[in-house]
Amino acid sequence: MIIRVNGEQVECAENMPLRTFLEGRGLDVRSVVVEHNRSVVMTDAWEDVRLADGDELEILHFVGGG
Amino acid sequence: MEHDNNNDPLVIGGSVLQSRLFVGTGKYGSDAVIPEVCRASGSQVITVALRRVDMRAATGNVMQHIPKHMRLLPNTSGARDAEEAVRIARLARAAGCGNWIKIEVISDSRYLLPDGYQTARATEILAKEGFVVLPYMNPDLYVARDLENAGAAAVMPLGAPIGTNRGLRTKEMIGILIEEIGVPIVVDAGIGRPSEACEAMEMGADACLVNTAIATAGDPVAMAMAFGAAVRAGRQAFLAKAGPVLCGGADASSPLTGFLGEA
Repeated sequence: MIIRVNGEQVECAENMPLRTFLEGRGLDVRSVVVEHNRSVVMTDAWEDVRLADGDELEILHFVGGG
Repeated sequence: MEHDNNNDPLVIGGSVLQSRLFVGTGKYGSDAVIPEVCRASGSQVITVALRRVDMRAATGNVMQHIPKHMRLLPNTSGARDAEEAVRIARLARAAGCGNWIKIEVISDSRYLLPDGYQTARATEILAKEGFVVLPYMNPDLYVARDLENAGAAAVMPLGAPIGTNRGLRTKEMIGILIEEIGVPIVVDAGIGRPSEACEAMEMGADACLVNTAIATAGDPVAMAMAFGAAVRAGRQAFLAKAGPVLCGGADASSPLTGFLGEA
């Protein structure tokens, strides 16, 4: 199935837990914040969210700014 | 009144700050200098931005360079309307960096001037959600009143467009806000030199936020120290209340009697 991650299409196994997906991308899970279909997902809920076809993820982190 | 400003805290959203200089984390040649900038400036508040992770390239994590004692002030840069600002603010809070937020709503990409109406809308929503909201704004009295009424914990008028180092171009307008607005005034954007930060503080601004002027200085740590001293000096001068300005003529500081050879 296909999901959109930060605006780009990505292939993903059906029903995959969000945590498994994020860890599989090599992300430092302590430093990112994730929106799933426009809702913020707190870190302790990453296991519970299962990815479905057409889902949208925004994966963000802090950068320098004024 | 005390003859120093060691007992002159700035209170924003119920938090007591001893330093009236806020610093940013953008534009540093190396983020590794940030801890030294924090130390040299004496600042206790530091801004960060939130952006998409680049899934293809490993990127540094600015947070690892921010000392633990600093209060994080994430901004909503990139937001073009109130809804986007609210979304970024909620994400920032979810990321675990507290409930302070600097609202930045900008759709003009040439001058990066903030949209007062959208900023006030975002401020109202976020203040109701328990955020300590510090909106970046044009120094316009009506916008400042809207922001104050919307629950802003402080307002952040610009001295000049973002990143320009052009100084206090809006001095007269900021002076009006200082007179009329009840929440703290944090001059943000445009300040290029310590003397300009000092001037803002002398006028009665409550704090200054400086990023570009420190980050792009030849020696950012030394410049951070200079800004820290300038903001303290300006605040102390404000508290000391400057003497009157005399227009025309002169008023001798020394007695005009008892000269040698006087008859």
